[in-house]
Amino acid sequence: MIEKEKINWIYKKIFTIRFFEERIKKIAKEKTVPGYLHTCIGSEAICVGVMAALNQDDWISSTYRNHGHAIAKGCKLNEITSEIYGRKTGICKGRGGSMHISDFSKGMLGSFGIVAAGPAVVLGAALQEKINKSNKTCVSFFGDGAIHNGAFHEAAGLAKLWDIPMIFVCENNGYAEATATDWHLNTKELSDITKAYDMLSYIGDGNNVFEVYDITKKAINEAKQKNTPIFLEFKNYRFSGQYEGDTQLYQPQEEIDKAKQNDPIKLAKENSSKYGLNKNDLEKIINEAKEEVDKAFDFADTQPWPQPEDALEEVYVNYPVEINR
Amino acid sequence: MTIKTVKDAINDALVQSFEEDKNVILMGEDIAGGKGREQYQGTQDAWGGPFGVTQGLYTKFGGERVRDTTIAEAGFFGAAIGAAMTGLRPIVELMYVDFAGVCFDQMMNQAAKVRYMFGGKQKVPMVVRTVVGAGFRAGSEHSQTLYSLYTHIPGLKVVAPYDAYDAKGLLLSSIKDDDPVIFMEHKRLYMTSCEVPDDLKPIPLGKGRIRREGSDVTIIAIQRMNLFAEEAANELEKINISCEIVDPRTYSPLDEELIFQSVKKTGKVIVVDESNPKCSLASEISSLISEKCFLDLKAAVIKITAPHTPVPFSPPMEDFYIPSTKKIIDAVKKLKDV
Repeated sequence: MIEKEKINWIYKKIFTIRFFEERIKKIAKEKTVPGYLHTCIGSEAICVGVMAALNQDDWISSTYRNHGHAIAKGCKLNEITSEIYGRKTGICKGRGGSMHISDFSKGMLGSFGIVAAGPAVVLGAALQEKINKSNKTCVSFFGDGAIHNGAFHEAAGLAKLWDIPMIFVCENNGYAEATATDWHLNTKELSDITKAYDMLSYIGDGNNVFEVYDITKKAINEAKQKNTPIFLEFKNYRFSGQYEGDTQLYQPQEEIDKAKQNDPIKLAKENSSKYGLNKNDLEKIINEAKEEVDKAFDFADTQPWPQPEDALEEVYVNYPVEINR
Repeated sequence: MTIKTVKDAINDALVQSFEEDKNVILMGEDIAGGKGREQYQGTQDAWGGPFGVTQGLYTKFGGERVRDTTIAEAGFFGAAIGAAMTGLRPIVELMYVDFAGVCFDQMMNQAAKVRYMFGGKQKVPMVVRTVVGAGFRAGSEHSQTLYSLYTHIPGLKVVAPYDAYDAKGLLLSSIKDDDPVIFMEHKRLYMTSCEVPDDLKPIPLGKGRIRREGSDVTIIAIQRMNLFAEEAANELEKINISCEIVDPRTYSPLDEELIFQSVKKTGKVIVVDESNPKCSLASEISSLISEKCFLDLKAAVIKITAPHTPVPFSPPMEDFYIPSTKKIIDAVKKLKDV
């Protein structure tokens, strides 16, 4: 039984992420912000379901498709939007942009633009937890495209060899950039790839936030109990293109229509009464989420640009020579 | 005062750092070696890395902190980054710098950038110890120096000690440093020795060293090239030519002031670098000098480097590849006549 407070949190976050990404799609169309934008419409249940099983100070890594992870992990909306707008008050002081939304103080080790960079970094955090005998959970998020990359395999091999209880979370959203998963997969199930490492793996419905939460929570307990890494594959559908502006010609309309039957927001709404939310509760949460997102985007628009010379800051902790201009 | 080899000085610095800070860990291929598992006692810690530099650490500090890895540099370099961000001070060994290619992403795109890119909230206090250098008949894939490859990347620091004194002092500093440091050890210098005080203090990064004072020509020598510069200076002294030898010791940060002071004194400069010539430390240092000391120069800066080729295997060719004492002497004589 999930406590009421957590259910409210789950609903609030899942709607916040959807509204946030819809707003991103809008500003992308209007071309009012600089840079690449990748939205996670269709991944909300995975972002929220996994994070619901974590504590604020647990460690995660994310990718260039990170808005949902950042929101669910507790990053401030105002700071995320300001970063995407390239402003000085952004979460990374304007030095990261949409692809690198990450707040270390919220347990985010990083949002990496390089596919499969995250698993090894999380392995290191988990190794640190093991050596220091602390107990923070360590989770790496990546997409189905990352599972062919050597860095993923090297991290998986070491995690198993060293008995590191980290959680690999693969969002199998049907596409690696513009290549369909069934075009790039050479095993029957994606998670079969972990068999070579004798690693436990579970497959779940990535559209059902409560299933994601359940599986993740159990996996964390099992990983810690057995001192072993666990691989989770959550299947969902990437309604967004690879990036905003992608024509998505490779995604057939009937496929999209079919996927809409299982839209994570739709499922969450349908399940709401089962989790004790009445129509009014739900409406209130939806309205609050919408309002907070709108405010955050309006806020970003008012924020100052960085000074050009701010570009020279924080390359190093300590560099005894002036950084060349 | 004790005479130490570079190899032992590095081992001392590692032991001292392990004793001083429980957050220091070491990861790498064969850094212990042998059969590390408990049921096969007796053969563990067999190698201590291919040059024996880390031998004894596994036995002394245990497998939790001294971790033999799989041959998976991307995996354990990435792990070092995550471990460093969350409180450890990992040292990772890249067996030969020539293997940089299989884990360059971790250094270039993660270790170097996470602090900057994510708004200055985290730091990555890790050290990459790696082995560089030609002259070992080790062929094209085990002999490069690649100093400039890492020096080029903002966010990384690059250290390349020549003697045992600097090796110990600079490694102590590198491990205490809060930024990612590439610490390059030259395989032909491991068995060279000099006096190293037992209580040597860490040597700050970014401070070069005048190895020999002189007045006629400045020789800026990179790592092993200090050996040839010294031999050349001794020869030239016999014919009354006085050479000043500057060893920058660290390449990022670079002690530009020390270089400029010497250039102002002599007005004649040779840079000796074992690397390939294009976009090298030699070309960088030479360009800085012409930018900042143009009016002090009495002649154009001379660069002595390896040719623009891979490192060849066969001894006559490899010896030709590496800059030599003779080349330095000839260059100094040429400048003297200016």
